[in-house]
Amino acid sequence: MRIGVFICHCGSNIAGTVDCPKVAAKALTYPDVVFSTDTMYACSEPGQDGIIAAVKEQQLDGVVVASCTPRMHEQTFRRAVERAGLNRYMFEMANIREHVSWIGKIMEDNTIKAQELVRMAVEKLRRNRPLIPKRFETVKRVLVIGGGVAGIQAALDCADGGQEVVLIEREQSIGGKMAKLDKTFPTVDCSSCVLGPKMVDIAQHPKITLYACAEVESVGGYVGNFHITIRRKATYVDWNVCNGCGLCLEKCPSHKHPDPFNENLCTAPSINIPFPQAIPKKAAINPQSCLKLTQGKCGICATVCPLKCIDYEQKDELVDVDVGAVIVATGYDLFDWHKYPQYGQGRYPDIITSMQYERLLSASGPTGGQIKRPSDGKEPKNIVFIQCVGSRDRSVDRPYCSGFCCMYTAKQAILTKDHLPDSQSFVFYMDIRSPGKLYDEFTRRAMEEYGAHYVRGRVSMIYPQDDKLLVRGADTLAGTQVEVQADLVVLAVGAEAAAGAAQLGEKLRVCPDQYGFFVESHPKLKPVETNTAGVYLAGACQGPKDIPASVSQGSAAAAKVLGLLSKKELESDPAVARVNQPRCVGCGKCIQTCPFGAIKEVADRFGNPKAEVIDTVCQGCGICTVTCPQGAIQLEHFTDNQILAEVQALCPPKIFANYE
Amino acid sequence: MQTFDLTTADQDFIAEVESRSHQNLKTCYQCGNCTAGCPYTFAYDYSVSQIMRLIQAGQKEAVLQSRSLWLCGSCQSCTTRCPNLIDVALVMDVCRHMAREAGYATERAVKVFVDSFLKSVERHGRAYEMGLMVAYMTRSGRIFTDVDLAPTALMRGKLPFKPHPVQGREQVARIFERFRQGGING
Repeated sequence: MRIGVFICHCGSNIAGTVDCPKVAAKALTYPDVVFSTDTMYACSEPGQDGIIAAVKEQQLDGVVVASCTPRMHEQTFRRAVERAGLNRYMFEMANIREHVSWIGKIMEDNTIKAQELVRMAVEKLRRNRPLIPKRFETVKRVLVIGGGVAGIQAALDCADGGQEVVLIEREQSIGGKMAKLDKTFPTVDCSSCVLGPKMVDIAQHPKITLYACAEVESVGGYVGNFHITIRRKATYVDWNVCNGCGLCLEKCPSHKHPDPFNENLCTAPSINIPFPQAIPKKAAINPQSCLKLTQGKCGICATVCPLKCIDYEQKDELVDVDVGAVIVATGYDLFDWHKYPQYGQGRYPDIITSMQYERLLSASGPTGGQIKRPSDGKEPKNIVFIQCVGSRDRSVDRPYCSGFCCMYTAKQAILTKDHLPDSQSFVFYMDIRSPGKLYDEFTRRAMEEYGAHYVRGRVSMIYPQDDKLLVRGADTLAGTQVEVQADLVVLAVGAEAAAGAAQLGEKLRVCPDQYGFFVESHPKLKPVETNTAGVYLAGACQGPKDIPASVSQGSAAAAKVLGLLSKKELESDPAVARVNQPRCVGCGKCIQTCPFGAIKEVADRFGNPKAEVIDTVCQGCGICTVTCPQGAIQLEHFTDNQILAEVQALCPPKIFANYE
Repeated sequence: MQTFDLTTADQDFIAEVESRSHQNLKTCYQCGNCTAGCPYTFAYDYSVSQIMRLIQAGQKEAVLQSRSLWLCGSCQSCTTRCPNLIDVALVMDVCRHMAREAGYATERAVKVFVDSFLKSVERHGRAYEMGLMVAYMTRSGRIFTDVDLAPTALMRGKLPFKPHPVQGREQVARIFERFRQGGING
């Protein structure tokens, strides 16, 4: 075998603490290495051309590049050796940047470690063999999970791109958080007016199937061929018949339970349509409060329904769909501010969240757009906004900035002045973060034109005084304590990962970060991909995001899906497990341990049980390899022999070490 | 107003406050929660958050000469509210110790009271109120401090003319002795 070794300087990233020419010189002494050199940037065009030229001139049949992590450039170099006429699996990469130069400072030690890593790669490459990927067809259908603005955008873009879309939403209507907002920053245009038409498009698009009140039950398969089971929760109303007339809502006698759409500021009937623009506009029964379902009496809705679509016996229904790709757009939840003792923990009704205030401002809200405080229905005069409630706070394990609270608080201060010209807003902030287009101008407008009094400092206590709330905070710019006699206090609550995101992530094999948001494949270059092929992210499930960013990401994820499904066939990674059938004793242990269900039992021609790997399902994790008592199942490209050769290169048996 | 030279920040001072309080003062981002909750802000020269800022800036003299250190009541409001989990009251305490060691007592009466109290405990094994008051009044020169409370206190037996006999007086005195020899802090 003729092996060529290329040691990358990566500018000064590697060469700064590794003697690259020395590593290259040492590599020439390794078995089968016939060519070795060091290069400034192996990944650059001249760098790749150098590799290709060397392969041709030296008749190489294997290449080792010592540079960065394979996660960065393995594909780049595999394509390069393929262009040089080699099989792309006749290539090995030694990571001497992340594993060596970036973590150690002593040049001498680093150089030795780099040499050893190159030696390991050479030993493995000597045992590589060409592998040919299999090709398979993809299902031309997309699953979008979550019907907030990010999911809506992703679904519409995929559908407009010609793919069939299945959109599922946990709640009764799509729209997500944006449907609850009154206005949006920085343009102060009506939220439901800009979102409403998009929601209608979802309902009317011939390529989109919408399942509301539905969740992902299970996920099987792989990129291009996912098998999804969807649980459609019982709504106790036949949605094929219901036309959303609303008669049942009016007649329902059990209408005293809190209305989640209005953030529990008012009550809702037990059979309900959450808001006038709901898509789908269908009624659903809340099984926790419905008299018929809890106590067996009533049944008025069934009597009054002109279409007779009420069905108290309805059960959850499971629907199976096959899709080629999945877009996760499950959004976020608002921080539970009751963790803070200084804000009364719910003792004072006039301390509300920003989302509740949003419903008070909204014309379709419980007060019809009049700002009335919850305790006595009076119009407030002094309104205090407190920012960073559940953001940038280590003591409640939320050290991150939620990003949009500064902006929506400025918007609410502006709207407050519009609604109540005699009112005065006080905003307690730590820093104003408004880096978007026209964002900083907007916060300045809240102060300069709308007279919002911004106080740099936090609030340490709130207690009742007469019918007001005494808010005591600090003005750190003046270095003093300040007090406000407030009629209403609005807490700018931050964002946290959506409830249930962890469970969904487990089903989809998408990693959550330490705060529960899903992790993208690369923070800069792969912002909507995940580490599971065929699963993409959109919106705030990846991290707190405002509406423009969520919409952009929805479109970005759709573009990725359209790109994926535009290919007629996909290639499967040939680095999968393979069974040496004569050796297999048919014990079935691999079948039990495989987390992907990629191994099945077959019979050989004598009827003996044998294991067989389903290539396209196998993810190449290697669990079966270590389980097999016979060593009969081997992971291609990572066989026992290859790994042992690497270990031996690193820790040579004593006798050879002495001999050397 | 004073101008602080940031280039001559006293790094040793910052390090000493951090090591004696076991707090990472770099985590303070000046949200002002400590100042907002502090019941003594009205009397301070520098508010609590400003003290924290001055320590971060290595302004040793300004911190140790601050009257706030002596007026702090150690109520722990600041510690309770700190979003960065800094024990701010402990930092104030450490600075007060350092001020005392450096020979500062910008609120002399507070220092005199604390010293009188400790002396009383050392001698009697617990505070002897009458002796404490007399010592404080004579040493601070504030003869009529709280004198209006004396009749009520006398009538309720809160100001006895003789110290209480306390068991273990010698042991208490030995604690003070050990402290003087540097055995407690060491």
